[in-house]
Amino acid sequence: MAKLFSKTRLLESKIDAYLDHGSEAGLLFREAIKDYLGGRSEEFEQRREQVTDLETTADDLRQEVERQLYAETLIPDARGDVLGILENTDAVINTAKETLTLLSVQRPRIPRDLNADYIELADHGCQAVQELVMGIRAFFRSAPTVTDYVHKVHFWEKEADKVGERLKRKIFESDLELARKLHLGDFVVHIDTLADEAEDVSERLAISAIKRSL
Amino acid sequence: MTLLFLTSGLFLGWTLGANDAANIFGTAVATRMVRFRMAVLVCAVFVVLGAVVSGSGATETLGELGAVNALGGSFMVALAAALAVLWMTRAGLPVSVSQAIIGGILGWNFFTGFSTDVGALIEIVSTWVVCPILAAVLAATFFLVVRFVLGRACIHILELDAWTRSLLILVGAFGAFALGANNVANVIGVFVPAFSEESFEIAGAMRVTMNQALFFLGGLAIATGVWYSRRVMMTVGKGLFKLTPVTALVVVLSHSIVLFLFASESLEAWLASRGLPTIPLVPVSSSQAIIGAVMGVALVKGARNLRLGLLGKVASSWVATPVIAAVLAFLGLFFLQNVFDVVVVNPLP
Repeated sequence: MAKLFSKTRLLESKIDAYLDHGSEAGLLFREAIKDYLGGRSEEFEQRREQVTDLETTADDLRQEVERQLYAETLIPDARGDVLGILENTDAVINTAKETLTLLSVQRPRIPRDLNADYIELADHGCQAVQELVMGIRAFFRSAPTVTDYVHKVHFWEKEADKVGERLKRKIFESDLELARKLHLGDFVVHIDTLADEAEDVSERLAISAIKRSL
Repeated sequence: MTLLFLTSGLFLGWTLGANDAANIFGTAVATRMVRFRMAVLVCAVFVVLGAVVSGSGATETLGELGAVNALGGSFMVALAAALAVLWMTRAGLPVSVSQAIIGGILGWNFFTGFSTDVGALIEIVSTWVVCPILAAVLAATFFLVVRFVLGRACIHILELDAWTRSLLILVGAFGAFALGANNVANVIGVFVPAFSEESFEIAGAMRVTMNQALFFLGGLAIATGVWYSRRVMMTVGKGLFKLTPVTALVVVLSHSIVLFLFASESLEAWLASRGLPTIPLVPVSSSQAIIGAVMGVALVKGARNLRLGLLGKVASSWVATPVIAAVLAFLGLFFLQNVFDVVVVNPLP
């Protein structure tokens, strides 16, 4: 019996660590964007590498959790939902990594007067990820409270959409060259995708939470 | 010859084990919360224990209805019950071994001209109705308590899983004990009056009465049936009642308590010693207790997907099963006595 519970706790700690990685990736994403816009290239690259490392270890953790859930036939009634949520959360971490990599490779020249809007957009994405992670933690312990977090993820995603639209309008109303406008607009979409991904996972989370409630 | 006569009872026991073990461990095994081998081991051990320790109470009540006093008669009563169960199962009708054996005994009473104790019959039939209702009430109550506790306890899904696994085995063991205690009367009850009350010694170590040996044999027959219950477990677990492991726990616990209430002599003695009304010790249907418990949970959840047709089928089986078994027993006794010249009844001294 003690062995059964110690194994369970070990698996719990792996899931917690995986979610910590998700949360940290969101926070680092926001800070990396701030560094990029502030012209702190070295700090930006450090944070980008941190996110890349987080993504790799999160992948390993997820695979370990999945393997254990299947091998030991744990939570048969909720296993599919848990695996789906964990895999989709991986997509959120991936999005953070991919966006930062694109920034590092393409180095778009962002006009200073747009910095605040880009930071606000990244911040809303980060908030959506934080609420999502808290929602997933709640799913494991108290399914009925999940809706509170899902609601907040939706809120931050809508806010991000508003900022994204405002930013695109500013870009395309400016005197910049069309190629640069398109380049900058493209990055608005990339940064905004973080909140979109978080919302997608939250929708799945909400359905899984309903299924879990007795 | 005695062993040959016992075969019909043992066959009935085997059928009962193969079918009713699925009520206890079906969901747990089908959802892989509990391994089949573990389920079989726990079920077999506790069914035998229940039969030997607490099997005599319900058997006495069957004896009140009709004391089948010749081995040939006992053989045919058990065979008629087994055939009724087999036939009704093939026809896809819900059937209970408990109700079939009552029909068999009534058939023997009619054939031999022995009077039927109407009081005992009413007592038995009323338990058939009470059994699923009581299981429904218990399951609904447990379900509400569990939902309340889990809603506030904030237990991690993995810890809940570990607890549920352990409790499914524990409650399964209790369910198997209750099944053995309550249902062994169906298997071996009709043979008890035909055997003497002599005792014999085993390896010079312990004295065992014929009744104890019969209960052990009946328990063993049920336990043997459990080994063959895998497919039924999968059907029950995945097909008829698709339950979550926690709901399955609630359902099996309610079922087990109901079976235990209708089998426990100690509880009867305890109630009687305090001047409280006692619960009749009667073999009841394990399957109908499970159906009642599932219905109870479904009602609490808002009666979505409640199959009312199933209730009608259960009620119709209360009449159909004993009637079919009685007719088969009557015809079988006639042939056994007149064609094979077997003694099916001994005159009362």
